[in-house]
Amino acid sequence: MSGHSTYVPKSGFERWLDARLPIVRLAHDAGVSYPVPRNLNYFWTFGGILMLMLVSQIVTGIILAMHYTPHSTMAFKSVEHIMRDVNYGWLLRYLHSNGASMFFVAVYIHMFRGLYYGSYKAPREVLWILGVVILLLMMATAFMGYVLPWGQMSFWGATVITNLFSALPIVGETIVTFLWGGFSVDNPTLNRFFSLHYLLPFMIFGVVILHVWALHHVGQNNPTGVEVKNVAKDTVPFTPYATVKDLFAMVCFIGLFSYFVFYLPNFLGHADNYIPANPAVTPAHIVPEWYFLPFYAILRAIPDKLGGVIAMGGAIVVLAFLPWIDSSKVRSMSYRPIARQLFWAFVVVCIALGWLGAMPAEGGYVIASQIFTALYFGYFVALFVVGLFERPKALPTSIADSIFASIQGGSGARMAVATAAEPNAKG
Amino acid sequence: MANATDTKPTEPNRRDFLMLATGAVGVVGLGAVVVPLVSQLAPDAQTVAAGAPIDLDLAPVAEGQAIKLFWRGKLIFVRHRTQKEIDEARAVNVASLPDPQPDQARVKAGHEQFLVVYGNCTHLGCVPLGNSPGDPKGDYDGWFCPCHGSHYDSSGRIRKGPAPTNLPVPPYTFSADTKIRIG
Repeated sequence: MSGHSTYVPKSGFERWLDARLPIVRLAHDAGVSYPVPRNLNYFWTFGGILMLMLVSQIVTGIILAMHYTPHSTMAFKSVEHIMRDVNYGWLLRYLHSNGASMFFVAVYIHMFRGLYYGSYKAPREVLWILGVVILLLMMATAFMGYVLPWGQMSFWGATVITNLFSALPIVGETIVTFLWGGFSVDNPTLNRFFSLHYLLPFMIFGVVILHVWALHHVGQNNPTGVEVKNVAKDTVPFTPYATVKDLFAMVCFIGLFSYFVFYLPNFLGHADNYIPANPAVTPAHIVPEWYFLPFYAILRAIPDKLGGVIAMGGAIVVLAFLPWIDSSKVRSMSYRPIARQLFWAFVVVCIALGWLGAMPAEGGYVIASQIFTALYFGYFVALFVVGLFERPKALPTSIADSIFASIQGGSGARMAVATAAEPNAKG
Repeated sequence: MANATDTKPTEPNRRDFLMLATGAVGVVGLGAVVVPLVSQLAPDAQTVAAGAPIDLDLAPVAEGQAIKLFWRGKLIFVRHRTQKEIDEARAVNVASLPDPQPDQARVKAGHEQFLVVYGNCTHLGCVPLGNSPGDPKGDYDGWFCPCHGSHYDSSGRIRKGPAPTNLPVPPYTFSADTKIRIG
């Protein structure tokens, strides 16, 4: 979709540089002339928002590392030192800790967008799998970052999550000891988690480059799921159209982010993490950060240790196989009457699992977690089965048609495709 | 060497041998580099040295009381069991347990009242409740893990919940009637 480069060097210096390192041409082709489907809605701005969050996390993180001490006896105090003594330390730490949450808000919306509009289907399988890899790296990074303040939740979160590996037969115990660098979570664990927490964001950055490369090679999906047929009619240049739209969405997102940072900075955290780590006492109610709760509920739903770990890992890994699980050729759920209802049921299931993950592991909550875990995996089975017999609605002949038909007084459904930001508005 | 390119080799020749030999040496070298990179993750000499045996006087631990201590950085429970707790632990049908082990195998003969076990749940490592007087002790008069709901009995054996095995017994001996050496 990238097509022929339209970059024309203007000055003598640009011509000189273009012949030696065509970096301006690369930036121009990727960020200015790159053709974008003209019917993208606001759900397509979350890629840009995620880029912003990654940069924000790296900048605030590097600064925090200048004031933080990764030692089990000093880590907790150094975080309080950042909060109380370092100029704007409170702001940088709250930006970083709430930034992690906002990063996951954006990535989950980004993923549901991909699920709804079938962005994982051919030829975007590799693009989608790279996204799953980024998600896994994000989860590892967020988990290790949460350990660094060395509060009670940090310590016991680290204990519980590293113990997941002990479920593996034969090698499990050895792996856990090697993760810990001791016989329990202690200073060596904190040290290596700090090192990896600093490394992983740069690995994410690397995979993001591959993700964007793959995107620019195959081109963006769009709300109709119909491929671009005529670049001149179906697309607009990235700059100014997508650039301005992305910037506007980023500003709105920064508004939400700022609300949490300035008004509810500890809303998404746990009070227990303001108690220094104590290896002799586990907090009465131990829960992970909100963005891990659905997976935590799946872990606890299975009454077997290894089975629980496999189910939790499987809940993420199954996403990578979606391009081959979904048997329908129609991308967008807007044209799939049955699958669309399945999708919204899946959203409800994910939210329900998140709620159950925060509840204590007893009685009815366990049974409910088991039911919703079955429904979570059931979505993927249903998606395969439904695709075999579902009769999709008529697709527009092209992206341009879907828009101009509605402008000339086309059907209400098509109007919604072209203008609405909310996919459920089409229902 | 000029004619090496235009004659077709019909059998493994010197070049094939050199390729294989170079590859093999490369793989061995790579393996040798990986060893220190992985080995450094293991517990270091200081951590291992901290695992020297420790002595503990159990005389101050009254009947029905339990204490916590650390050995090699791992939490250990020592519980002075009541006669009722010992009887309960021994009355159960061993074959019916998730991790069958008789109570006799988990304490030292003649010191049945003292139970010494590691204090981290075998599920995911939380500290089960049941040592302090007000704590929930689970359905079997032992410990209850609040994280994921495992119940341990008064012998530290798993009875209900996701934990796969009993609380392990650390290596220890009675050096005197109420003195133990752990390690």
